[in-house]
Amino acid sequence: MAKEPKTIAPKKKSVWNTIWHQRYLYILMIPALVWVILICYAPMTGLYMAFVNYKPTGEGYFKDLISAKFVGFDWFKYFLTHDFGKIMRNTLCTSGLTLLFSFPMPIILAILLNEVRNTHVKKFVQTASYLPYFISWVIAANIFMTFLSSTGLVNDLLKKMGVIEESILFFQKGPYFWWIIAFANTWKSMGYNAIIYLSTISGIDQQLYEAADVDGATRVQKIWYITLPSIKGTISILLILAIGGILTTGFEQQLLMGNNSILDYSDVLDTYAYRYGLGKGMYSYGTAVGMFKSVVSFILVMTANKITSKLNDSALF
Amino acid sequence: MAKNSTPATIKIKHRRTAGDWILDVLKIVILTFITVICVYPFWNIFIVSINDPTDAARGGLYLWPRIFSLDSYKEILGRATFRHSILVTVARTLIGTPLAVICTAMCAYSLARKDLVGHKFFSVLFVFTMYFGGGQVPYYMVLKNLGLLDNFMVFIFPLIMSVYNMILIRSYIEGMPAELFEATKIDGGNDLIVFFKIVIPLAKPILMTVALFVAIHHWNSWFDAYLYTSSNNLKVMQQILVEILNQYQTGATTANQISNQNSGVRLTPDSLRMSSTMIATIPIILVYPFIQKYFVKGIMLGAVKG
Repeated sequence: MAKEPKTIAPKKKSVWNTIWHQRYLYILMIPALVWVILICYAPMTGLYMAFVNYKPTGEGYFKDLISAKFVGFDWFKYFLTHDFGKIMRNTLCTSGLTLLFSFPMPIILAILLNEVRNTHVKKFVQTASYLPYFISWVIAANIFMTFLSSTGLVNDLLKKMGVIEESILFFQKGPYFWWIIAFANTWKSMGYNAIIYLSTISGIDQQLYEAADVDGATRVQKIWYITLPSIKGTISILLILAIGGILTTGFEQQLLMGNNSILDYSDVLDTYAYRYGLGKGMYSYGTAVGMFKSVVSFILVMTANKITSKLNDSALF
Repeated sequence: MAKNSTPATIKIKHRRTAGDWILDVLKIVILTFITVICVYPFWNIFIVSINDPTDAARGGLYLWPRIFSLDSYKEILGRATFRHSILVTVARTLIGTPLAVICTAMCAYSLARKDLVGHKFFSVLFVFTMYFGGGQVPYYMVLKNLGLLDNFMVFIFPLIMSVYNMILIRSYIEGMPAELFEATKIDGGNDLIVFFKIVIPLAKPILMTVALFVAIHHWNSWFDAYLYTSSNNLKVMQQILVEILNQYQTGATTANQISNQNSGVRLTPDSLRMSSTMIATIPIILVYPFIQKYFVKGIMLGAVKG
């Protein structure tokens, strides 16, 4: 106690001291740092490509980038005045329809699963529901194209039920494609997303239900007045996050299930940027479209984050 | 379970209302529908794949195979390109998964230590990349400059870390009692010893979850192979499936008579598509018990954070 002043002096170099003490922590971070710099930050320098007319000459990427002709916002202007309308329509229609199905379905699934009293049945249905989440889009596309083909099961069933007389060519009519993608997205993610709601539901105080029983509430009333209000917070957070990600509406699924005859409907921002950028070798244009999407998405997600953190008073990250 | 649920005794007192009936009907209809659309497609592919190919082409296979035959499996597994692609996929999964888990966990432990100098800086450095990136073309150019194109490492290196998985592990480690680490340090251990001897064994459940996520990602990937490699030696299995799917899509069914020269068995593109799909799906079904065990917990952890 008497030597108090002495402890003040070493504090000056204590930062370096601490760093030295923590050296192993920094060593543990090295692989991740190398990764984040090379895989995440190095490509960000390439965003400059969107403002120049990049042409690979074989001199090396950075040399080409510096010597390329600066064109300002010309690529963005070109996109906005040409394909923007069509691509945005496709993107928003696909993600809007996806949201319409894939958002409420996990909630319905979770609430209904919670109503199942037999644990084996409950577990079986839940396990089955997230099977599609684990298989690749290649297999999923394979399944959808088989079942929706002109001789496939869906057409077969519809004919037998007398709904249609001639096979519907699902992959030949543009707007159908949005519905197919929306359904496929829902099919793949429904069981997975239901888990979040199920865990919220399992956290509801059971006394609430018991009290409702005493009051003579029906099961429907219990769902309406207890379960739904209890998961309201989770629902609104996930909805805002989903709206934040509205421009990201799949990539592999469109590439795998789409075909040239419906390209005007299947092309979304991500696939468009890919087709022009790496597909047709218009590197600068592809980068510009990709950057447009990244920036708008970033703003949307950050806004969504702000709103949810206000709702939840604990920021997501 | 049924015995100790109090509502059962109370329910007797109340009559089932119309709402209850509707709820029960909806429950059965919707849950059955969901189960069927999630499971049946795989069953259908399975029975078509083990049915005699020529017979299967007649259609009408719904519940059971008519004529059992493994010809399409023999044919697809007899193709050297397909066998090699399985090998590449298995190799990237077996090499990539442990590397990813260890690198991600190492970073997660460092960032779980709130006393780390520069903690805020490093956290932001990693988390920012979840929301913003350079995009596909610049990424391609960087890989090209790193000499990763047409290199097996292009499957491994980009996946050694994932910020999302890192956050999962980090929040798990943050939940461990801090005294645990301090006690080891007092005993003369350093952070490396704490990490390998204490954190890793205790974090096993979340590490298994992450391993599962990464392994499935490796198993299901094809686009990286498609975009960043051109050598036939680096073709992954899902890529062969894409090729088979594209043939089907463009209606290249003049190959209706793909016949196995050795046995003279007639095969159809459809049966090959089904058997190769099955070969890609079976491993996923085999790891399903592990998925059950670890993955639900993993998502719930993720749900807490995001």
